Amino acid sequence: MTKEIIISGFGGQGIVSSGIILAHAGLIEDKHVTFFPSYGAEMRGGTANCSVVISSEPVASPIVATPDVVIIMNEPSLARFEMAVKPGGLLLYNQTLIKSKPKRKDITVMPIEANVLAEELGQGRIANMVMLGVFAKKTGLLSLRTLKNAQRKRYKKANDEQLALNDKALEKGYGLFGNSK
Amino acid sequence: MAEKKLMYGNHAIVEGVIAAGCRFFAGYPITPQNEIPESMSVRMVDEGGVFIQTESEIAAINMLFGAAAAGKRAMTSSSSPGISLMQEGISYIAGADIPVLVVNIVRGGPGLGNIAPAQSDYYQSTRGGGHGDYFTITLAPNSAQDLYEFPKLAFELAEKYRNPALILADGLLGQMMEAVEFSFEPIDPKSLPEKEWALCGCKGRERRVVRSYDLKQGRLEELNLRRAEKYTTIRKDEQRFKDEYCDDADLVVIAYGTSSRIASAAVRMARQKGLKVGLLRPITLWPFPTDVLADMSKRIENFLVVEMSCGQMIDDVKLATECRSNIHFHGRPGGGVPIPSEILEKIEAVLGGAR
Amino acid sequence: MKKIFSRPEGLTDTLMRYCPGCGHGIVHRIVGELLIELDIRERTVGIAPVGCSVFADEYFNCDMIQPPHGRGPAVSAGIKRARPECIVFSYQGDGDLASIGTAEIIHAAARNENITVVFINNAIFGMTGGQMAPTTLPGMKSTTSQKGRDVRKQGYPMKVCEMLASLDGPYYLERCAVDTVKNVIKTKKALKMAFQNQLDDKGFCLIEVLSMCPTGWGQTPVQAKKWIGEVMSAYYPLGVYRDRSKEAK
Ligand SMILES: Cc1ncc(C[n+]2csc(CCOP(=O)(O)OP(=O)(O)O)c2C)c(N)n1
Ligand code: SF4
Repeated sequence: MTKEIIISGFGGQGIVSSGIILAHAGLIEDKHVTFFPSYGAEMRGGTANCSVVISSEPVASPIVATPDVVIIMNEPSLARFEMAVKPGGLLLYNQTLIKSKPKRKDITVMPIEANVLAEELGQGRIANMVMLGVFAKKTGLLSLRTLKNAQRKRYKKANDEQLALNDKALEKGYGLFGNSK
Repeated sequence: MAEKKLMYGNHAIVEGVIAAGCRFFAGYPITPQNEIPESMSVRMVDEGGVFIQTESEIAAINMLFGAAAAGKRAMTSSSSPGISLMQEGISYIAGADIPVLVVNIVRGGPGLGNIAPAQSDYYQSTRGGGHGDYFTITLAPNSAQDLYEFPKLAFELAEKYRNPALILADGLLGQMMEAVEFSFEPIDPKSLPEKEWALCGCKGRERRVVRSYDLKQGRLEELNLRRAEKYTTIRKDEQRFKDEYCDDADLVVIAYGTSSRIASAAVRMARQKGLKVGLLRPITLWPFPTDVLADMSKRIENFLVVEMSCGQMIDDVKLATECRSNIHFHGRPGGGVPIPSEILEKIEAVLGGAR
Repeated sequence: MKKIFSRPEGLTDTLMRYCPGCGHGIVHRIVGELLIELDIRERTVGIAPVGCSVFADEYFNCDMIQPPHGRGPAVSAGIKRARPECIVFSYQGDGDLASIGTAEIIHAAARNENITVVFINNAIFGMTGGQMAPTTLPGMKSTTSQKGRDVRKQGYPMKVCEMLASLDGPYYLERCAVDTVKNVIKTKKALKMAFQNQLDDKGFCLIEVLSMCPTGWGQTPVQAKKWIGEVMSAYYPLGVYRDRSKEAK
């Protein structure tokens, strides 16, 4: 099993953090992982994306060209990565901020009101956590518990209140489609 | 098994350097290796070592010259333009037979180029780089685990042969996060033996001189010939590589560092398609693993060299295979990074054409 | 018969290859004496520059290293930081220190590296054949300013002590000369203080020495001494440019 993932949006949406949380989560579940962010000048343009690979075998290429899953957080990222998704793959997108509709018919497309749901919890910036919850549920790759542990490895300095809120957002995403565990 | 920790490649180097018993870092900021000095500024000081942000890479390499001549394990890191600036110093250090470690997180060039991952400093690293007759031992990691382990290996080789060693990585390896296992017992710098050539004051012994010049008639020739013998020994004893699926291969892909990771994915894809393709990954770029290649070239008709450059290592492949095989090339210069499918296409084209 | 003059143990028993009347030999002798007087020879590492005094690594009777042209201060910093128990001095000419190595000396001073710099200002590139140095005086002839240094085209000389004195970092800066016996004695006093400061962990000390290069100047040794007194020290005034021991009070 190898899952190749791209997460993309603009700076400040927690793109890099989301990728690192997925990598931590993979590691917690004894998988092989790589995380590779876009870096430097590209970052300054306001867009951010990262590649994550989670695999039961040592990861060969850390560069993801044809992802199994993409998590799209803003409009420009949809244009950039929709066509890259592997046939039969999964595209999760943040419907709150993206008005166009994906056109691919050969992949599973799931709109998520990530910012609306995050605002309901009281904090728009944890929209990424909602998306990660959905990701865990739809791929079955990682458990909710693992993700909760993983976010604690990423946010070592966060207070308990924030961590609890992040957990809620993960749960919310996880529970969106079908029953939550 | 020790616990695995998710780490940036650049941070893995820092931990590897400290675990190798090195307590001296001097360097100047440049992307994409800034995480190294940033992290060193904390870690070296925590460990009671020396951290100096220098005024330039020229100063950095010369501080290393001083610290290493004083008998201490010392290292610097930079990226391509900064390494160019260090070449004079590296030449002096090689000429004075002093072991140091230089890490190059290569970026696109020439000139200011860009900050994307690249492998275009191969010639510079494997041909000496500066002026004069010398070589630098060059290691090419391809994972965060290697970045943790290679500093120790580099210091050991550098000290064994009294020669500068380079770790040649690239922006991708530095910026990538991967699991690292702290696979060896950290070395206490105090446990390292004193060097019999170190400058530390001549109390109770003859004074020592560290220098790269000798103006007496014929002396430098003699010295260089002696150093050439050392290089012959290194070439004979220190070639390192890894191979995958080479035994029955019709075609062997040759790639190092980041390219070898991507090529390895391509090779697996090819195998799934029933193509007999293998991978040879040089770990030491100097000394180049010539012996295994010479051997392979007696039975393998096609080699495909993959580099993130216009083609530099390909020269060493040609030299090692002595025209016995066909050498094909796929290169992505200027910060381009290949993807597995494009390498696979090239493999298929070569094998299709060969049939 | 009583021996009244001999080579100090701080210098090796090697014949120095400097020109007659050259200032390098005098300054070498001073440093050699100080290595013994301060009892630091056995814990000292010296840096020989690129220049006429590249052979200093053969002349000083202590551990020596010979780095690239101008990089002495960086190499010194590396040694001193790696082995704080060692006494480290960097011996440099004005091409080495004030031309190719300008960045290294300024930053070593700014960081207040605890090293001693012996800076030989002879207003010329001696080793390469008398070319213009950053310290060559306006109007002064050299092999690359054959009609005399034209400041409109070749710029003005650099005054190293004055320049470094503009930094907060350095601990002690003084300009001396070795043209007269009196000045030689003063130079020795200044250098002694510079080494003592390092022993006391005070930080960066640089002693600039106006030094004769009869060969590069096209003068006799006697003329060269006179020229320092009459011309060179008028442009480069002798004196203390920084003394933090006084400031502290
Ligand atoms: C990189 C480099 N450039 C140029 C030289 C040639 N070179 C040797 S000595 C020297 C000038 C030395 O002048 P100075 O420092 O004033 O010392 P002096 O010989 O006058 O004592 C030069 C330019 C060199 N060795 N290295
Ligand atoms: S050229 Fe000048 S500095 Fe060099 S040895 Fe002769 S007199 Fe001294």
